[in-house]
Amino acid sequence: MTDSEIRDAILDGLARIAPEADLASLDPKANLRAALDLDSFDFLRFLIELGEATGVEVPEADYGCVTTLETMSEYITKAARGRGQRGRD
Amino acid sequence: MVGGRSDAAAMIPFIDSTAAQWVRPNLPDYAAACRSFSWESVLAELDGLPGGGLNIAHEAVDRHARGRFRDRVAIRCLGAMGDRRELSFAELAVESNRFANVLRALGVGRGERVFSLSRRVPELYIAALGTLKNTSVFCPLFPAFGPGPIVERLVRGNGRVLVTSSALYREKVAGVIDQLPELRALLLTDAPDHWDGKVLSLPRLMAEASGVFRIPPTDPEDMALLHFTSGTTGPPKAAVHVHQAVLLHYATGRDVLDLHSNDVFWCTADPGWVTGTSYGIIAPLLHGVTMVVDEADFDAERWYRVLAEQRVSVWYTAPTAIRRLMRLGGDPRERHDLDALRLILSVGEPLNPEAVRWGERTFGVPIRDNWWQTETGGIMIANFPACEIRPGSMGLPLPGIEAAIVRVGENGVEEIEEPGIEGELALRANWPSMFRAYLHDDERYRKCFSRGWYLSGDRAKRDAEGYYWFVGRGDDIIKTAGHMVGPFEVESVLMEHPAVAEAGVIGKPDPLIGQVVKAFVSLKEGCLPTEELRRSILGFARKRLGSAVAPKEIAFSEGLPRTRSGKIMRRLLRARELGLAEGDLSTLED
Repeated sequence: MTDSEIRDAILDGLARIAPEADLASLDPKANLRAALDLDSFDFLRFLIELGEATGVEVPEADYGCVTTLETMSEYITKAARGRGQRGRD
Repeated sequence: MVGGRSDAAAMIPFIDSTAAQWVRPNLPDYAAACRSFSWESVLAELDGLPGGGLNIAHEAVDRHARGRFRDRVAIRCLGAMGDRRELSFAELAVESNRFANVLRALGVGRGERVFSLSRRVPELYIAALGTLKNTSVFCPLFPAFGPGPIVERLVRGNGRVLVTSSALYREKVAGVIDQLPELRALLLTDAPDHWDGKVLSLPRLMAEASGVFRIPPTDPEDMALLHFTSGTTGPPKAAVHVHQAVLLHYATGRDVLDLHSNDVFWCTADPGWVTGTSYGIIAPLLHGVTMVVDEADFDAERWYRVLAEQRVSVWYTAPTAIRRLMRLGGDPRERHDLDALRLILSVGEPLNPEAVRWGERTFGVPIRDNWWQTETGGIMIANFPACEIRPGSMGLPLPGIEAAIVRVGENGVEEIEEPGIEGELALRANWPSMFRAYLHDDERYRKCFSRGWYLSGDRAKRDAEGYYWFVGRGDDIIKTAGHMVGPFEVESVLMEHPAVAEAGVIGKPDPLIGQVVKAFVSLKEGCLPTEELRRSILGFARKRLGSAVAPKEIAFSEGLPRTRSGKIMRRLLRARELGLAEGDLSTLED
């Protein structure tokens, strides 16, 4: 997956859970849960669906590393490249 | 080892590894405590207001600020960005005095309602206690509410003041301010300057206010707290609690939370839910212990870090969080020093036996479930530290509380003495923290009582040894992630979407959060059930209701089952969702 495909997968997933959000103006450094009013269940479900879309499963222990659009994109990109090792390094 | 405990009780060790010695439970012998209990003896452990009466804030703060705990940390707030702010009992007394003076200067007096809509920052706690000192009434709202639930509650509760942040004000309140004519002032916790004559800077008002305040005489029956809870058929109900409730807050802090003066206590609930007020503000302060407050939302690794770094010894949390930690897996004690932890409690929905045992394996202490409701003001039934735990059971009634399983029939309420029979869980009315009213709704209040019993609406059983077991709700109220959502409130908003003809909302069972709010909607003529429309309805509901109340799932349905009188049969929607037999359909239309 290219960087932009990963970014699109993230934005698609967010739009499914929080369709009211204005994702075009989302600050890549903003805390996603706070900016989009996602409760912990929303965020969990989003990450599970994102795992299905990208093949990168984010383990619960790493949820604190994917709090913004930017850190999440980086995390997924890195994990997708190192595929086979599980989604963390 | 403690003397006087039964063999069964001795199965569960009490270890305070920091001191490398046993901690004697405050309630070492349950049966003896029940025999000798009196509310007068609880009152005798409190101070009483110097000018007469009983005031929660005096007992929680001022008496410690004048005593040996004056320099002890009362509240340690861990900011979401890693910052930390602490208040000693003496500082908390001065700051809450300032807030009381701010209210007085705004002309807000006895019995008037001060609402909060705030993240868990020190100002929230200062406002709560200052409001009680001023004999005004504190009403906390959950910050994940959307504008709809916020307006509904502020209007029903005649809110005079709202304590909030600049961001929450801008996002959720500014657009609906015209619907709140009774609101006199909005106090922004993070604004350096006043915005206009009504939207004011709290830091500035606090800087101008005196730190000296004398609590006016407070009758134990004066209204202190207002907590909203969901109804099945109507709008949310505002349960009124009085200062007298402090007796139960104190007794349960002593007997259930087992607070000892050197404990560090963490209640993970937000004050917007009743647990986060009774046990996330009042009870730990009453006992003079240090309480930890985490501003951030749930994050499994972060929570383990908080437990370890803060040396938390007593931890009160919820099944939803426990199941998330179970999902994280691994042995947290390999990565974190959790030796200080000696007691873990859970509330919000029944804790499954597997989770109780997981706690024992993972932390070396089992997780103790307990049961209560917004209406009860505090814990009513609990697995006490000195009692055997029956995994899956909510435990035994608090000393001083009489519980029963009852059958409600034509002849009123009848007690079911025989063990193992399902009925409605009832409590003998008139304990100190019992709600005194649903504000502006006498009829619904009266319906909660019959022949001296408070009827909880929860279905339960009692076993031969007196342990209570939760069965389910007797009505359509949804319990999601430990809090209640009223289907009516959600359906009403869905119906306002231009494409929706009718809506039925149920709780769909979920292994992590108990129930998920699921909506069935039928569409108006000419509207097609597309993914685009699903998103439009979901977005509409989230914007109005906020993530805490909005449905997580929306399904299209051609026509919803109704009774002859026109009520949507949620029971049938639930049965269909679960693929169960649909039961008695005789009152169903068609």
